[in-house]
Amino acid sequence: MTIFGWRIPLAASLAVWFLAWEAVGQAKLSMIVPPVSAVVVAGMELMPTQKFLSAAWITLTAFGTGLGLAIVVGIALGVLMARVPRVGDILGLWVNIFVSAPISALVPMLMAIVGIGQATVVVTVFLFAVFVIILDTEVGVRQASPSLLEMARSFGASRRQLYAKVLILAALPEILAGVRLGVIRGVKGVVIGQLLISIIGIGEMFELYSRNFLMEEFWALVILVFLFAFAVSESVAWLERRIEYYAGAR
Amino acid sequence: MDGKIIVDVKGVSKTYEGGVEALQDVHLAVPPGRLTTFLGPSGCGKTTLLKIIAGLIEPTAGDVLVKGRRISGPGPERAFVFQDFALLPWANVLRNVAFGLELRGMPVPERHAVARTYIAEVGLAGFEESYPSQLSGGMRQRVGLARALAVDADILLMDEPFSSVDEQTRRKFQEDLLALLGHQRKTVIFVTHSIEEAVYLSDRIVLLSRRPGKVSRVIESNIDRSGSPDDIRRDRNYLDAVDEIWRTLKAYLP
Ligand SMILES: Nc1ncnc2c1ncn2[C@@H]1O[C@H](COP(=O)(O)OP(=O)(O)OP(=O)(O)O)[C@@H](O)[C@H]1O
Ligand SMILES: [Mg+2]
Repeated sequence: MTIFGWRIPLAASLAVWFLAWEAVGQAKLSMIVPPVSAVVVAGMELMPTQKFLSAAWITLTAFGTGLGLAIVVGIALGVLMARVPRVGDILGLWVNIFVSAPISALVPMLMAIVGIGQATVVVTVFLFAVFVIILDTEVGVRQASPSLLEMARSFGASRRQLYAKVLILAALPEILAGVRLGVIRGVKGVVIGQLLISIIGIGEMFELYSRNFLMEEFWALVILVFLFAFAVSESVAWLERRIEYYAGAR
Repeated sequence: MDGKIIVDVKGVSKTYEGGVEALQDVHLAVPPGRLTTFLGPSGCGKTTLLKIIAGLIEPTAGDVLVKGRRISGPGPERAFVFQDFALLPWANVLRNVAFGLELRGMPVPERHAVARTYIAEVGLAGFEESYPSQLSGGMRQRVGLARALAVDADILLMDEPFSSVDEQTRRKFQEDLLALLGHQRKTVIFVTHSIEEAVYLSDRIVLLSRRPGKVSRVIESNIDRSGSPDDIRRDRNYLDAVDEIWRTLKAYLP
């Protein structure tokens, strides 16, 4: 970021924003903007509470389960779509529609089908994350060099070896890119799912704080969710960078 | 089985989907223990024929017999060296060279020991831990060659292995290949579109006609290979063979 021709490092620019936030908060301009210092204090108090820990645990479980399912199913379907033309023809259109469709609109319908509870949240996370993983995996597998496949065949690779030792590894950069996007969407999914259901986890707390105008706690929670999403997506990005040495050489 | 023939191509034709007729009724007998080159204009079907012998492409008609048995796919007695190297970019040299053995389920210590031997044999000792992207084109093809040697196949199929390396590297590589094959006693089928390369490497040159490819001539030259590489390139028979092939191929030029 540059201001008046000065290059400002990221941490400093963050500090500037927080200072501005603090000033606006202290000036009591708006009820929904408490000073950032108060938000931090609220967050510190919030974190060790039993309520937060159990909400976080429920949320993490839903997120982990939904995302795990999305990764397994997404990679399997993506590979299948790339390798079996019939499957690609049948599913391709739907995957492309759903990858950009507003999945949140489906959540009320899910509640009707799956019931109101943890399962709905898991399914929501799954639906948010799975399509982008399918799509990226398919692209990756399609891009796998035909000459590598031919090479493996010429050395007598079995079908299983062809997939495990060549195809999946060749598609790994795209698969990981899909998983990273899936993770980010999954975080959205878990929050939106719980908000709409609003009786469990972080969603319930959001609901509680906003209904009672507990803005300090509300913002603390927002920041915690942001930090979590950032941390998870950064760790996938770190994995991506680790395998980059060969992605560039393909 | 005729003891003098290791690969027997019988009436092989190949028409690709879309109607490109790449090969038409190719008959060819390859003797064991020698280096045979396929030479012909670009697009005449050399790669197609080599891949049919490798079992990677199904012929539309005809059969290929290897050691008297009809093939229906790749087999352990044949190993392929690819024009574009086909190295696994995520694996280091050691693992790439050992890949054929890995697919056969050989335990790690054994296959790495075998791979190290052949890495040294092709002159890449010290590069075991390097990745393909860190190697030059010539070095990558040495990895491809070591991988093919490591599975100890009797028949080596090489598709223009030196076409994407520079001239000096190519010459050095040709000399090394001859030296290597001198004590390996393998049957090699080598595809090239360089007349000099064909004559330098082999004394049995199969000329293919323009598409659809057919065997137009088989030229046997008698070059004295006991001398230095430069002696070979000045050998009377070498120059005659180059000349004769050039006159034949000229007829195919449009
Ligand atoms: N998979 C394919 N589908 C359709 N046509 C193909 C296919 N592979 C090759 N051909 C065509 O078949 C003909 C022979 O191809 P091939 O690669 O065997 O020739 P080549 O002699 O190896 O050529 P080059 O010297 O350029 O390597 C060419 O006209 C090529 O365009
Ligand atoms: Mg070719």
